[in-house]
Amino acid sequence: MGIRSIVLLLGVLVSVSGQASPKIEHWQTENGARVYFVPAPELAMLDITVAFDAGAARDGKQSGLALSTNAMLNEGAAGLDTDQIAIAFEDVGAQFGNSSQRDMAILSLRTLTDKVAFAPALEMFTNVLSNPDFPLASYQRIQKQMLIGLQAEKQSPSAISSRAFYSNLYGKHPYSSMPTGNEESVSKLSLDELKVFYKQYYVAKNAVIVLVGAVELAEAKSIAEQVVSGLSVGQRAKQLPLVAPLSQEKTIVIDHPSSQTHIVMGQAGISRGDADYFSLYVGNHILGGSGLVSQLSNEIREKRGLSYSVYSYFRPMRELGPYQFGLQTRNDQAKEALEVMTNTLKAFSEKGPTEAELVAAKQNITGGFALRLDSNSKIADYIAMIGFYGLPLDYLESFKSKVNAVTVEQIKNAYSRRVQADKMITVLVGGETE
Amino acid sequence: MLTKFKRIIGLLLIMPAIASANVSEYQLDNGLKLIVKEDHRAPVVVSQVWYKVGSSYEHNGITGISHVLEHMMFKGTENLGPNEFSQIIAANGGRENAFTGRDYTAYFQTLEKDRLEVSFRLEAERMRKLVINEAELLKEREVVAEERRMRTEDNPHALVREAFNATAFVNSPYHHPVIGWMSDINHYEASDLRQWYQKWYAPNNATVVIVGDVEPDAVYSLAKKYFGPLKPEITAQVKPQIEVEQRGKRTIEVKAPAELPYMMMGWKVPVVKTVDKEQSWEPYALEMLAGILDGGASARFSRDLVREDEIAASIGAGYGLFSRLADMFLVVGTPSKGHSLLGLQQAVMEQITTLQTELVSEQELKRIKAQVVANAVYERDSVFYQAMQIGMLETIGLDWRLTDQYVDNIQAVTAEQVQKVANKYFIDEGLTVAELIPMPLDSKRPVASAGGRHGH
Repeated sequence: MGIRSIVLLLGVLVSVSGQASPKIEHWQTENGARVYFVPAPELAMLDITVAFDAGAARDGKQSGLALSTNAMLNEGAAGLDTDQIAIAFEDVGAQFGNSSQRDMAILSLRTLTDKVAFAPALEMFTNVLSNPDFPLASYQRIQKQMLIGLQAEKQSPSAISSRAFYSNLYGKHPYSSMPTGNEESVSKLSLDELKVFYKQYYVAKNAVIVLVGAVELAEAKSIAEQVVSGLSVGQRAKQLPLVAPLSQEKTIVIDHPSSQTHIVMGQAGISRGDADYFSLYVGNHILGGSGLVSQLSNEIREKRGLSYSVYSYFRPMRELGPYQFGLQTRNDQAKEALEVMTNTLKAFSEKGPTEAELVAAKQNITGGFALRLDSNSKIADYIAMIGFYGLPLDYLESFKSKVNAVTVEQIKNAYSRRVQADKMITVLVGGETE
Repeated sequence: MLTKFKRIIGLLLIMPAIASANVSEYQLDNGLKLIVKEDHRAPVVVSQVWYKVGSSYEHNGITGISHVLEHMMFKGTENLGPNEFSQIIAANGGRENAFTGRDYTAYFQTLEKDRLEVSFRLEAERMRKLVINEAELLKEREVVAEERRMRTEDNPHALVREAFNATAFVNSPYHHPVIGWMSDINHYEASDLRQWYQKWYAPNNATVVIVGDVEPDAVYSLAKKYFGPLKPEITAQVKPQIEVEQRGKRTIEVKAPAELPYMMMGWKVPVVKTVDKEQSWEPYALEMLAGILDGGASARFSRDLVREDEIAASIGAGYGLFSRLADMFLVVGTPSKGHSLLGLQQAVMEQITTLQTELVSEQELKRIKAQVVANAVYERDSVFYQAMQIGMLETIGLDWRLTDQYVDNIQAVTAEQVQKVANKYFIDEGLTVAELIPMPLDSKRPVASAGGRHGH
């Protein structure tokens, strides 16, 4: 009870409400890692995220390599085994996390800031980050688990459609393969390859450190220094190749014994920091990004009851991430639903939104801006994105005004240049239509 | 009937606002309960309206009706057109949705703090003035059928869970799925929905939970303005439906197109709401037991079954202390390659036997307690989660202060108590086991089983 009452009291005393967006402190560690810090004194906790440019886009021909490497870091470090590492975190209530997508490979720590918890949690986090042992027995188990994971994907129509979508959309580009790899590549991966990958990519210059929590700037500086102290300086990962535009439309049909057909459709969209970002983001918000009130939801769900969920979104990445559309519907309705979805996109590309729709979208995005930043974990995610992709530090501050500046003409113009409704990759995974 | 009702309400309304820590509690004259928790970290507010109704209030033939009614709550009222509710919230920068569980139906919006009035105005409107339109219902039945196909029909684990619950619970309404059986979904009539709405949607059956950067008395005034004029309803007394005694282990198989085997084991256990007063520590001991088995990467399941013996590809234990009716302690998992479902079950049983015969170590207890203490801080990072906890407890008929007492109750659990509940409840007479038998994925699906479409 003692600790909790103090926490409550602090919450009342130091609360700062109404601040538009958090002030980001930015600096580099001595060995060249970029650090981004936002103080959040209200709760006695700290979130640390370390993101490396070491995702699956760096797999090369060894699909699954980045994810395997990331998954091995807490399996043995500084002579301690998996059990000892897990115990060190959990004894003090700290939460360790690791994950790896196409661009980023992430290690994260959420810990209390009281002395008893903080020092041991940070020490173990530092060890996992900089002194991994890559024990063979653990690797053999991780490899088997990855293979089981790949097998599980085959019983999920949504996983099947996603894999086919990326592979057909990106062709020879590194984004084409799934971070989970494939059976052939994962079976062949060797521990030595993981170690080489770690050495090359888990280096200070290739790292972004994000700190959000109840520490002072001076403490944040020493924490950041400690976290990457064991990493070599290294090099930033090389520029990824450009994504080639699709030359023609393509439809892939995959049989699956499901009662619904999962449809995924799309093409290459935008990169982080893209000049068209705000026009396309706001445009898509109206078309399929605003949940129950989007045009797609209105056409597919509200008017016709064809699908429980229908969406479209841009996933901006280092290079052009996908512009993706999706829905699931009873097998015999797949054709109709796809037609409605495509026609809705075509109509939007040609005519753009109405002035009223644009006003409503702006009201929605800007009127709810504070909701994007109402927790430490959401702030940490935004700051990691800003830091990793090198977006301007005033990105959040200027977000509302950039949204408000978007016009119907700009949306139409951006859609006409960037979205080709007649050159989509379409994947249908489903069963017989009777 | 009405006089009796009024008397009860009369007693309730004299209750003054009770303030505990940063939480304030109010009750309107019409029975509506309002709980406000201040959190001034960001200029936002989450507004949730919880109704005491869910799938466990339903009977056979209308299963899932609470859920489809939740969908219809977006489809128009006396003063709002279909989907207009969502459009107004969107135009105010809000995020909104709703969820239905076994014991509750809840609606929520997250907004910048000065827009709370919009939420109250709209929620008050649909609390008493919903319009169930036949054509809208027919479309929404299709949407819910698609939702069921997506969540259940095409998901082998969900199919197992559904069959498992229907086997373990005979007469408890936890027998049927929240989303309802497909045949029931296809046959709701507008009149069914209207009756269900009339019966449960009223201020005296609702709790409004507000968490965020707000001033409690101002919220209370707003609530009085919008919810105050609503008439209370004579809500039905839900029957106890106490589960019959189980008289032996139950085992079932579920065959479905799948790549990997999977199993669920569940033992009947009490929850905070149902446990005998003298044994009120038991749910917390069961919670601790779940932590010992599956509270992180250092816990026994990960350590022994995944890493040491490599019998499990994945394995988890789950127990929820807070439900309206008695529930189950669950263990679910997939064996690793070269191991069988039977082998995995035996390994789980060995773990249970160890808990029954040996006291858990002080270090393990301390570790779980440290995690619980830390989580209590981490949870406060989310206004939504804080509101969820309060709303859920109130709606199943418990005091929201239990969230504050939770840490202390866990801290008090001893190794002996963990051993006691392990011996008392992990017995064959309370056990149900369901196995997923994978069928080939390349076989064509017979049309008849494709979700039971019923044309009209």
